[in-house]
Amino acid sequence: MDLDLPESTLAFRAEVREWLAENVVKLPSFDTAEGFTRHREWEAKLADARLSVVSWPVEFGGRDVSLLDWLIFEEEYYAAAAPGRVNQNGLFMLAPTLFSHGTPEQQARILPKMARSEEVWAQAWSEPEAGSDIAALRSTATPTSGGWLLSGQKTWSSRAAFADKAFGLFRSDPGSERHRGLTYFMIDLRAEGVQVRPINQLDGEPGFAELFFDEVFVPDEDVIGTPGEGWRVAMTTANNERGLSLRSPGRFLATADRLVRLWSESRDPALADRVADAWIGARAYQLYTFGTATRLAEGASLGPESSVNKLFWSQLDVSMHETALDLLGPAAEVDDTWPDGWLFSLAGPIYGGTDQIQRNIVAERLLGLPRGDR
Amino acid sequence: MRFALSAEQQDFAAAIDAYLSTADCDAAARSWAEDDLGPGMKLWHGLTDLGLLDLLDAGGSLVDLVVAVERLGYHAVPGPWVDTAAVLPALSIESGGRLASVVAPPHVPYGLDADVADVRLMLTPDGTYDFAAGERLSSVDRVRRLFEPERGNRVGDAVALAFEHGALATAAQLLGAGQWLLDTSVTYAKQRKQYGREIGGYQAIKHLLADAVTALELARPLLHAAALTAAPRDVSAAKVAAGQAAALAAKTGLQVHGAIGYTAEHGLGLRLTKVRALAAAWGTPAFHRGRVLA
Repeated sequence: MDLDLPESTLAFRAEVREWLAENVVKLPSFDTAEGFTRHREWEAKLADARLSVVSWPVEFGGRDVSLLDWLIFEEEYYAAAAPGRVNQNGLFMLAPTLFSHGTPEQQARILPKMARSEEVWAQAWSEPEAGSDIAALRSTATPTSGGWLLSGQKTWSSRAAFADKAFGLFRSDPGSERHRGLTYFMIDLRAEGVQVRPINQLDGEPGFAELFFDEVFVPDEDVIGTPGEGWRVAMTTANNERGLSLRSPGRFLATADRLVRLWSESRDPALADRVADAWIGARAYQLYTFGTATRLAEGASLGPESSVNKLFWSQLDVSMHETALDLLGPAAEVDDTWPDGWLFSLAGPIYGGTDQIQRNIVAERLLGLPRGDR
Repeated sequence: MRFALSAEQQDFAAAIDAYLSTADCDAAARSWAEDDLGPGMKLWHGLTDLGLLDLLDAGGSLVDLVVAVERLGYHAVPGPWVDTAAVLPALSIESGGRLASVVAPPHVPYGLDADVADVRLMLTPDGTYDFAAGERLSSVDRVRRLFEPERGNRVGDAVALAFEHGALATAAQLLGAGQWLLDTSVTYAKQRKQYGREIGGYQAIKHLLADAVTALELARPLLHAAALTAAPRDVSAAKVAAGQAAALAAKTGLQVHGAIGYTAEHGLGLRLTKVRALAAAWGTPAFHRGRVLA
């Protein structure tokens, strides 16, 4: 057991750190029209430096680095306060699904454009009646010549206000129930029959949208995996969302370090415990992830530990931001960084399956407790 | 970087478990509380044969040690293990099969089993002293037999690492006790029925246990990392997290068990009171949080 970084990782880290120090800029929120455009440009610049998708195969724009190197990259990225990733739904949810279940043709067609954010992806999971219970979804897919006709409604679709494409599940077998008879589709949001209605979030920006589908044609080539097997395909995405990819430890370490610096200005003894616990939590999450990375490198796959991860970081993120706002006192109301981060942190225990759903998964799949009424 | 226990370390933990599972550790702990040290010393000798007592002297790493001490905490083995297996080697003193009792005022004010210890040492910033066992005190954990130390002669220099070893091993013991509390509660929740079905099927119970396992799972890597570095900040992070996780597992375990867990006949109380006692031993949470922010 050791925590020593290999020489190659240290060299990679140095390169990343230097590039970020020279290039990081502060951008407007990507949930605004101007910010979205600026973020596309930032992503193209990252891609030119081959830093947008470092863990991907070289042929799709990556460097094929190990999971460990990706984690180190993320630490540097967040420590440098580099811009959030406008294409995170694509990069961290759809891409792992394509690597696991996509055809070579799909990978070659979609991934290089995603790497440069020439195509930005929105997720389209939830429906008005479904929420965390994805298996309750009702939107339909009907077979037609050369493809499918999608109808129905999706909601809480992150990034959809400005995105080009979306991915989600539709019920393709009308008589099916729950997890059966679902198919995983990639959809062009500019296609005929798609209507996008942006929804403003707590910060006033259209981070969500409702998507209405009226017999939208999707060709067979945009189905991922076998029709009717969408649930199994989607689980890859869900595990990635809850687990390693979307919420890398670098994000929380950077926040914890900023929180400790903020506390150092006042050294308020009443808040010292909470600040210390924030740092300890972020460090614990980093080390836990190093353990997961080691197991994955040795051939394991992500299981219910994704839910352990999500429970932990979602609560850590909220508590770190609440502590920061308490430290700032009355100024917290007008500071931009911490209140923005606080608003974002509040979504953590809701998206990707609520924390209550995660607790059920941990209890049933990790501890082996019986399934019961919800 | 390979941040996972080796096969050898897992085998070692399994060997300790195999031995302790066949012995009645809970009975030995209860006897220990009544000053009948015989059954506990029998365990002690068995563990010495497994190489646990002189693990560090025999070339074992601190990671090996925390892996072993976590199992001792799990089985609630009585006696001054932390002092003997973890602290003594940091002072470059071989135990040679002897029991040690170590105090480090103000963080470790009382000598554990000091009346029967062969080696009694007091750690101070000025140096290391021996001490005599004074007045007997009763701990919230009745198995912890505590004594006021009466300082004697200076026997060596100050050794900062000895305190880190003590805090680290205490964190390991806490994590082990917490893991037992969780495992036992999960087993109970699968068996115990109320309103016609297993209580583990109720979401209210599931969510308590899910939070406890999450806290324990995230504390363990802090312990392993602290064993790799023995750096004060890492040791303190591990001690705080292990203490919090174990306390959560204790409260959860008691709630899941109900009144049976509140009896002296059940093993839950042995760990619950131990967790409370150890939370403040070898540095309070406030002290360790202060070191994290230093």
